[in-house]
Amino acid sequence: MKNNINLQSLHSMACQMRGEIIEIAHNSDAMHIGSCLSSLDIILTLYHSVLSFKPEEPEWKDRDRFILSKGHASLALYVVLASRGFFPKELLHTFNRTDSFLTEHPVRGNVHGIEASTGSLGHGPGIGLGMALAAKISGNKYRSFVLMSDGECNEGTVWEAVLLAPVQKLGNLIFIVDNNGWQATGRCDDIMHLNPLADKFKTFGWNSFEVDGHNFEELLNIFHSIPVDSEKPTAIIAHTVKGKGVSFMEGDNNWHYRIPTADDVTRAKAELGLE
Amino acid sequence: MRDSCSRELTCLARSDPRIIILSGDIGNHMFDGFKAEFPDRFYNCGVAEANMISVAAGLALSGYRPFVYTFAAFDLTRCYEQVRIDVCFQNLPVVIIGLGGGLTYAPLGPTHYICEDISILRCLPNMTIVCPADQAEVMASLRSSLDHHGPMYIRINKKNEPCIYTGEPDFSLGRAQLIQDGNDVCIITTGVLLSEVIRAARILEERNISACVVHFHTIKPVDEIMLREVFSRFSVVVSVEEHTLPGGLGGMIAEWMIDNRIKSSDLIRIGTGDYFLTHCLSQKEARDHFGISADLIAGKIADGLNK
Repeated sequence: MKNNINLQSLHSMACQMRGEIIEIAHNSDAMHIGSCLSSLDIILTLYHSVLSFKPEEPEWKDRDRFILSKGHASLALYVVLASRGFFPKELLHTFNRTDSFLTEHPVRGNVHGIEASTGSLGHGPGIGLGMALAAKISGNKYRSFVLMSDGECNEGTVWEAVLLAPVQKLGNLIFIVDNNGWQATGRCDDIMHLNPLADKFKTFGWNSFEVDGHNFEELLNIFHSIPVDSEKPTAIIAHTVKGKGVSFMEGDNNWHYRIPTADDVTRAKAELGLE
Repeated sequence: MRDSCSRELTCLARSDPRIIILSGDIGNHMFDGFKAEFPDRFYNCGVAEANMISVAAGLALSGYRPFVYTFAAFDLTRCYEQVRIDVCFQNLPVVIIGLGGGLTYAPLGPTHYICEDISILRCLPNMTIVCPADQAEVMASLRSSLDHHGPMYIRINKKNEPCIYTGEPDFSLGRAQLIQDGNDVCIITTGVLLSEVIRAARILEERNISACVVHFHTIKPVDEIMLREVFSRFSVVVSVEEHTLPGGLGGMIAEWMIDNRIKSSDLIRIGTGDYFLTHCLSQKEARDHFGISADLIAGKIADGLNK
């Protein structure tokens, strides 16, 4: 199900969803707000304009696969999945509560739309590669999208998958890096020598693009211009801001673990134009 | 075992299009027949075992039946997290074939032989562990895996194992096999060491000790019915394994005894030592070193029975 949506609609949904994420995180004592806010616009764009799927038939065999390899941003995915009807929006308020199926790291089978259980970093690339390979073997036309974080690229398994995919000519495999520049305890560049990330992918035999991960026009353009018949897999380095959309969260890595207070929620929603 | 594994997978793939083989850059020429018939169903994932396990999970999530093939020492320990999360947590029908589990590759040293594989897998939820005794059981376990709806580890030896079964083994996952009956002691074993245990039973017979031999080809889930029967009949039960004692076959039986308050029988555990080999030994020499070759097994059992 592809939906031609206009930029203004995406922008308003993004503001609304940022408010929901912050409020739910407050109510459920959940961490990883900064990561949710940096990933949200990418996930939103994919599910509202790029991916093929049928919420009423979640196991539809020709659906595009999306794997949130940075599973700690699950709340952003849940909010978007609910907006597309994979499960009722009311369920969002159970996030991270006792006995809830909306866990801090997504579990396949708990709700529709979760293609793989993730949380430990570096697993999504290989799983997504396996799904892309399955499509190639079976002759299906679906594509496999994996969203990972830049910090996640510390994991050696990411690069094992990067090395394998071009040899298998997996043009249906797309890695998106939420390149917010931060990992759990510091700046990515101060911890591992990741950059120039786009060049690394190119050198490894991938199509490689860079995009502003919060600019819907750029995101739409890049997602819709992924070469369809290419034998090369595609990497999209999406430059993002951790905590995007809320001034006192943007670029402050404390929001990797900090849980918003009631006052934080009020201030954030006011900034987002929601109150 | 290695060749029968490849032949059987080729045979099964003819009627089951779900079968995909992933190799960690070993088995040069071993899968030539498979590759010739099914060029789009064999993938060398390179010397990158962790990613290979994740790829297998992705294939299984897409309806395929991946068989992952490499040295047991490489496809479990390096990528344990991938086995735990991607395969076991998601309960996917991925078959991990562990070549050389045990002392097969003792000559190559502790980087290549592994006597801890059963222990580290036993504690993983959803994992089924199978240790075939000969080629016929390798083929039977591969066939059974296609009807199984979760992860499976099949531990195989390289080559030249004695044939135990003259015909088709009566193989059923999770059901132990009575190999021979006896009266004085019951020897429980698993995998290729069964041939040594059968020889040990013959040696014991010459010393007027009548040994029952039971093969637990499936370590997990364990055949509790067989264990109950064994422990109701024998006051001395011996476990013999080409595996370290912590957490292996004997460890599993000891846990079962405690959980089931079995106090009327003694358990003697025989296995490899809790240390790495640091000198050159063949598989046979390593078995002698650890006291798990036929005559040494027989001697330990006779000592245990005070005969």
